[in-house]
Amino acid sequence: MIEGFTALYIFMLAAFTGYEVISRVPVILHTPLMSGSNFIHGIVLVGAMVSLGHAETGLQMLIGFVAVILAAGNAVGGYVATERMLEMFDRSKSKGGV
Amino acid sequence: MSSFIEIVYFAAAVIFILGLKKMSSPVTARSGIVWAGYAMVAATAVTFFSPAVYSHGFLNLLLIVIAIGIGSYLAYKSAKSVEMTDMPQMIAIYNGMGGGAAGAIAAVELVRFADGHDIGGGTVQLLAVLGALIGAIAFSGSAVAYAKLQGLMNKTLRLPSHQALNIALFAVTLLFGAVLAFSGEVSGFTIFLFFLCALALGIMVTLPIGGADMPVVISLFNALTGLAVAFEGYVLGNAAMIIAGTVVGSSGTLLTQLMAKAMNRPISNILFSSFGSDGGAPEEEDIAGTMKEIEASDAAVTMAYAEKVIIVPGYGMAVAQAQHKLAELVQLLEDRGVTVKFAIHPVAGRMPGHMNVLLAEAGIDYDKIYDLDEINPEFPTADVALVIGANDVVNPVARTNPDSPIYGMPILDADKAKNCIVIKRGKGSGFSGIENHLFYADNTRMLYGDAQKAIGELIAGVKQL
Repeated sequence: MIEGFTALYIFMLAAFTGYEVISRVPVILHTPLMSGSNFIHGIVLVGAMVSLGHAETGLQMLIGFVAVILAAGNAVGGYVATERMLEMFDRSKSKGGV
Repeated sequence: MSSFIEIVYFAAAVIFILGLKKMSSPVTARSGIVWAGYAMVAATAVTFFSPAVYSHGFLNLLLIVIAIGIGSYLAYKSAKSVEMTDMPQMIAIYNGMGGGAAGAIAAVELVRFADGHDIGGGTVQLLAVLGALIGAIAFSGSAVAYAKLQGLMNKTLRLPSHQALNIALFAVTLLFGAVLAFSGEVSGFTIFLFFLCALALGIMVTLPIGGADMPVVISLFNALTGLAVAFEGYVLGNAAMIIAGTVVGSSGTLLTQLMAKAMNRPISNILFSSFGSDGGAPEEEDIAGTMKEIEASDAAVTMAYAEKVIIVPGYGMAVAQAQHKLAELVQLLEDRGVTVKFAIHPVAGRMPGHMNVLLAEAGIDYDKIYDLDEINPEFPTADVALVIGANDVVNPVARTNPDSPIYGMPILDADKAKNCIVIKRGKGSGFSGIENHLFYADNTRMLYGDAQKAIGELIAGVKQL
């Protein structure tokens, strides 16, 4: 378990990092970037696995099961969507450009 | 083993941040998402070896594998097959799933608490409830956003005294939340009511918001989901979730601000008022002039003999899937020596960058694509501004009429070009329901029709010359 204040420090530093990391993003990448960050919170899958993993009653398992399905959908859907969009920005693969 | 898991989680968190950094430049963006993908796979794989996961029996493990299989399969199928134009609502859906997952994690923990387990003390309880509230709102709100963008729910719905109702619902939700967060014993029924209220709140908050504002709302829900994931990360003692969730929360908030700024609408306005859906019809004002139609062949001639053409794509182009035809037209014009540039309004389409993605799909070089600030000074020197299915983002009343709801919104100055050709499906007004004075201007000609068909006619026209 992470101690309360340690978590608070992690939270604070991560918040600044997130703000700084994308502060110079060009408009053309806004949608892919939103999709990409959408993929990154797919890490919730790890938590959902733990939740279902330590579920004991039927109800807990049912909710945990739903959690894992949703989380896997977030991660996989987020990845494929982002990848498809960014593929188009790949110059080497573009159809010669116009 | 457990320190190995921690190391992988740590590495994943670092790679997520680097990946996000890479994703903010067009050259490295692709490798950014691929890196993040590897990190996600690694983090998921090592989680199977976490004692919390494997030590409670084979059934749990089996269910995890099945659930990952179902979720992955459905998401993979849908994400692979969706058209690029429908991408914004798919992002909303995947994001909503993440929010729902965070909420469900909290639900499992709270049910465990109700069943007499120690889940880690008061702070954990409080953050579980907060994460659940945010996650549930992001879940149901994203579902409404999806329905609206997908066209399943066209109207903006506004109940009588909607705002007061929302506040009351919010208060009730908070009340249940407080009971769950602060009491030593909770019942399953309270948990159920709490989630019911939170889900209803997400729906109620999103219902009155018009489609034009949806991108900002989706971005906001994205940031909220990140925050919910971070809170549940604390509940489960998982640093990777805290870091990744928080980074998304803050970068998502910044992105939301950038979008709202581009629309000249404070976020609070978008959430708590709703323009174009106040019920009030846009005030009838006298507009000088009439809309003047043009034949596709004439429009083709005008463009073919122009020196500089600036193209302003909008949602109409996306709907008609006209980007490939447009690329063909651009090629033809350039072969004739015409300079062609694209002007992209920050909120053109349904999401910032939406147009860029579509144009990239059609193979249009992004060097030809310009932001609002870069391109606006060039309109007076352009012979033709070709507006394709865009409306509010080129409406000059945003500059001239202080009474207009969109007054002050930065627009593309298409009206300043020598000629303006507007491809438009019908005579209706734009998403905001405001009449567009550009369409009535002396130098504007209207080319009615579906964008794909109209551009096809333009291509035929240019080829004949």
